[in-house]
Amino acid sequence: MTASTAEVLLDVQQASRSFGGLKALSEVSLHINRGELIGLIGPNGAGKTTLFNLLTGVYPPSSGSIILNNESVGGMKPFRINRKGAARTFQNIRLFTAMTVLDNVKIAFHQHAKHSMFTSMLRLPKHFSGEGEITQKAMDILKIFNLADQFDELAGNMSYGNQRRLEIARALAAGPKLLLLDEPAAGMNPNETRDLMNLIAWIREEFDLTILLIEHDMSLVMGVCDRIYVLDRGMLIADGSPLEIRNNPKVIEAYLGQEA
Amino acid sequence: MKKLNKSFWIGIVFAMVLYGVIQILLTTGIFDDVMESTLILICINVMLAVSLNLINGITGQFSIGHAGFMSIGAYVSAILTLNFDVPFVLALVISGLVAALFGVLIGIPTLRLNGDYLAIATLGFGEIIRIVLLNTEYVGGASGLSGIPTQTTWTIMFLFTLVTVVVINNFINSSHGRACIAIRENEIAAEAMGINTTLYKIIAFALGALFAGIAGGLSAHKFYVINPGSFNFLKSFEILVMVVLGGLGSTSGAIVGAIVLTVLFTVLQEYPELRMIIYSAILILMMIFRPKGLLGSTGFSFKKFAKKEAKPSDSINS
Repeated sequence: MTASTAEVLLDVQQASRSFGGLKALSEVSLHINRGELIGLIGPNGAGKTTLFNLLTGVYPPSSGSIILNNESVGGMKPFRINRKGAARTFQNIRLFTAMTVLDNVKIAFHQHAKHSMFTSMLRLPKHFSGEGEITQKAMDILKIFNLADQFDELAGNMSYGNQRRLEIARALAAGPKLLLLDEPAAGMNPNETRDLMNLIAWIREEFDLTILLIEHDMSLVMGVCDRIYVLDRGMLIADGSPLEIRNNPKVIEAYLGQEA
Repeated sequence: MKKLNKSFWIGIVFAMVLYGVIQILLTTGIFDDVMESTLILICINVMLAVSLNLINGITGQFSIGHAGFMSIGAYVSAILTLNFDVPFVLALVISGLVAALFGVLIGIPTLRLNGDYLAIATLGFGEIIRIVLLNTEYVGGASGLSGIPTQTTWTIMFLFTLVTVVVINNFINSSHGRACIAIRENEIAAEAMGINTTLYKIIAFALGALFAGIAGGLSAHKFYVINPGSFNFLKSFEILVMVVLGGLGSTSGAIVGAIVLTVLFTVLQEYPELRMIIYSAILILMMIFRPKGLLGSTGFSFKKFAKKEAKPSDSINS
């Protein structure tokens, strides 16, 4: 459990968030080491997505600290946190539906754009080299996700499974160190889920990523995660290896209720 | 790279041919002075519609204060040429920059608002500008300024319109423009993907205001007089209608919308009693049968004329 500080990529200490009188998260502490694939599970309404929203800056934490890559990011704006190296997908897909598949991915590369607004407005040579580089990189990412042949399609017209994959591709394009996936396999059939998991395992190696994954499919979480955190009613109730979690009475209670 | 450029150059050539044809018609006298005024009015409205489209259609920030930016440009340029003898083109540039500054000033506090709330805030801004002008002695109060040198010629007007369309279109079709479209499509996702949404909203407002201000200056130097009454919220709505009629989110749509409505207005001026009825009826029919505008949101592109469509895979392999 105790890791040397050099290896820790994300360190959350006593993070709380309340909405009015409702405490959505109370004093959650967790850490993720570089290169780990961590699962975050819990019953509906446990605060999993709220935790994601804190980590990515959608809301600032009411109290507590969030350290990403040795830098405090609690309360930073989402676009800054993204640039610090944390990219996410959304539980309810948030693609730019009226833009093409390629443009969706290009958006994530915008932060690395080398050409300024004025070179673009005047179509100076730097605009073309900058845009060309972005297009090239975006196509490379699409190829990895087998979406390259649909680059000209509107994102909103793609199949549900492909939309999920595109969202991951887009998150990856931002060049993150930490990838936060909010139920990436939601609504997929078992075959699609298996393919997706293989893909996630592969990109983790290829891009040297650390991944935090929210998922409801237990077999999936148990199969791929190094460690698992369990949230219930805004509190962390367990953490450990998949085997430990499977046998933890508190977790069983949270999911199935107390024995009569 | 050259493929990316092709549609751009076809557009430029088309514009040059259009200018040449109209110039010939004007010099040979086939088009009279009234026609020239109409053409200039069309160009002013094209500038206004294209710049408003950047704010409303591309960035998705529903603004209805465009006449406010236009009036700032008109007054600033008129004062500069009347009272300070500033050269015309320089006065236009300054008036555009002042309007852009107002765009930023208005943008910072109001862009926290979304949708209807932003619309009302920008409407309020436009009215405040008008009331301030109405009550300022220096700019002539209700009677406004008159005797502004009529220096806006067809050539100058066409040139400024072309620059507006090209610059805004270049902006839209770049990574920076895509950032604006992403804000329209899904602000939360755009921000999560590293787009500084506040900055890009302000940029859109500033750019839109810049060209609206220049358009205001050009119109002041065409029509000799300006007064606060001509920049009321009806003017803002008129510009908005042009954008929506042409197709929200497409530059070509905004151009077509501006041309169609300006021509319609000019033609209907001969029937003052029926004017508003026909105008309203057309808008209603339009929204029923073509709710996405004359050209839809994708618009029309000269790309279709380029022999081979630019495919990113081509440029990668070559």
